[in-house]
Amino acid sequence: MKQPILQVRDLKQHFPITTGMFFQRQVGSIRAVDGISFDVYEGETLGIVGESGCGKSTAVRSISQLYKPTSGSVIFNGLELTTADPKTMLLARRDIQMIFQDPYASLNPRMTVRSIIAEPLVIYNRRHLLDPALTTLQIEHRVEELMERVGLSKAFKNRYPHEFSGGQRQRIGIARALALNPKIILADEPVSALDVSIQSQILNLLGDLQKEFGLTYLFIAHDLAVIQHISTRVAVMYLGKIVEISEAVNLYDNPLHPYTVALLSAAPIPDPVVERDRQRIILTGDVPSPDQERFGCYFYDRCPKRMPWCSNHIPPMFKRAENHEVACWLYDDERDYHDVSMEEAEADAKLHA
Amino acid sequence: MSPINNNQEVVLDVRDLQTYFKTDAGIVKAVDGVSFTLRKGQTLGIVGESGSGKSVTNLSIMRLIPSPPGKVVGGQALFEGEDILALDEKEMRKIRGNKISMIFQDPMTSLNPFLRISTQMIETIRLHNKGLTRKEALERSIEMLRLVGIPSAEKRVTNYPHQFSGGMRQRVMIAMALSCNAEILIADEPTTALDVTIQAQILELINKLSEQMGTSVILITHDLGVVAGMCDEVCVMYAGKIVEKAETEKLYAFPAHPYTEGLIRSVPRMNTTKKGERLYSIEGQPPNVIDLPPCCPFHPRCPKVMDVCRVAYPPITDLGGGHEVACWLYNSEEEKAAALKEAQA
Repeated sequence: MKQPILQVRDLKQHFPITTGMFFQRQVGSIRAVDGISFDVYEGETLGIVGESGCGKSTAVRSISQLYKPTSGSVIFNGLELTTADPKTMLLARRDIQMIFQDPYASLNPRMTVRSIIAEPLVIYNRRHLLDPALTTLQIEHRVEELMERVGLSKAFKNRYPHEFSGGQRQRIGIARALALNPKIILADEPVSALDVSIQSQILNLLGDLQKEFGLTYLFIAHDLAVIQHISTRVAVMYLGKIVEISEAVNLYDNPLHPYTVALLSAAPIPDPVVERDRQRIILTGDVPSPDQERFGCYFYDRCPKRMPWCSNHIPPMFKRAENHEVACWLYDDERDYHDVSMEEAEADAKLHA
Repeated sequence: MSPINNNQEVVLDVRDLQTYFKTDAGIVKAVDGVSFTLRKGQTLGIVGESGSGKSVTNLSIMRLIPSPPGKVVGGQALFEGEDILALDEKEMRKIRGNKISMIFQDPMTSLNPFLRISTQMIETIRLHNKGLTRKEALERSIEMLRLVGIPSAEKRVTNYPHQFSGGMRQRVMIAMALSCNAEILIADEPTTALDVTIQAQILELINKLSEQMGTSVILITHDLGVVAGMCDEVCVMYAGKIVEKAETEKLYAFPAHPYTEGLIRSVPRMNTTKKGERLYSIEGQPPNVIDLPPCCPFHPRCPKVMDVCRVAYPPITDLGGGHEVACWLYNSEEEKAAALKEAQA
């Protein structure tokens, strides 16, 4: 049995909405991530997919403790990160690195490529956290080695980020993330700002690096085809919740949650023959605002298969197969909710409140 | 999608369009000799990566190129038998919005945040229909908003843009673009800023409206999936030139230009790509379009590069059935030798 390298349990990240100029009263909260749980196993790629505002970026930022989570737990290699002291956190961060979405904003324009890639090494070296300690010359060699590995000529190391194209900058970001030999890389939409021909170069590079260094990825994207290509397992998020999690293959062949089904049918396929005869499920309306607490299924407002029961009962994860879980009342084996009326559902919800 | 009917009348005929920008570093040939025709009711896709000149092509047709630094230096765009590139600004205003309208990429910045939706729509409608009163124009706006699927349109019309979500703002833009019954709709990456489920709604809407009203659509996008579902014909652009033009199904089934082939093969697909398989990738970077030498701009990245590609730009070859390609692979040895000789001379 494989051991999970990262365990996330009921993670919540709420941001306060405040009012008033001097006494900032909290009048509500944005529930960006509203209770998600999953495991990531060593050497695999867990893809998180969802539309903008579903909380996927916030989720990785809470996991890496860039935001202080509201509640829940994040266990990395047996270490609880949410309560870890700064010293422990510093050690853990060596193994958890991030790649960001925007290659234009995530590199300091005043630093040369050399200093960007060397920065993590320098920081850890200075605090004597690297074993063995590195000399300046060794750091220099390491930077060159990393640049060559991600496909950049080492002759460019004294250049500044603005001298590079988007794809090359993303390679710099990847080299920086690799500098400390991390165990897991959290990649937040690393290819969505890139052109198609560059996107495939970066996806191939990430795949090669994973094989070479045995890396684990937590990979976020909104593009379903990209997620399917790179992931071992996929989690689908909607409004701060995971609605379905499964092996990538199963999810695409046999999507269960109505949202996943709609998402897959909405994604365009670059093949006119397939596109011509495709039946689309067009969801009506927009994603609701995450600023209020919900008592029913989070997808209720837009769901084409909703039942009265769903309006006031939050579905738990139902296990449908090995590695395939879905949060939808349609898949509760114990009971069929189709003929439960709104009154009965409300009465039941009150009873359990 | 409707099959291409070559008997349909041509509504827009663009011939050898050239738009250059003057910069400190040199002249940028953003669009360099682009020609295409648009027929009534047809949806034409223009695909390319960023910087390939697809947006500039359409801004040139709309005469919206900021000048200086940009300038349309050559070519014609025949609309109803008239070259709209030669019209003066006053005459162009009668066409822009009225006969040819445009949807921009970013719905967040194309609406004025200080004005109510009603004010902005009434302004547009009354500008193009001089006889209408404000009240009639308001009724027309509500009707248009309803058509694009905005719920309780009569209430929402008095809202400000920030009260709408991204998808709804894009619907408002479409409603405004359609409110004058334009004959041509130019949609510049209309769904790039939107999520897939909202994208599906908007594309369905454009499709339905173009079928109902017989509008011809030019759809600019970088997304090959969107093109596959929407367009009758596709132009692929690279470094300011159209490198291949064909009916959509032909293009995907038999891409002739190595760039098109690479582009199609480098997109991961949900239905067929195997897990863990390496994606095909076009090595290298798109070229800098400043002072491009007169060679094929794709040659440094091309897997099938020949000597002649490095010195001369390929002529356009017709492969039959409207399938055109600009690549030396489809020219005879004599033609290649002649071009080589001429370049060396």
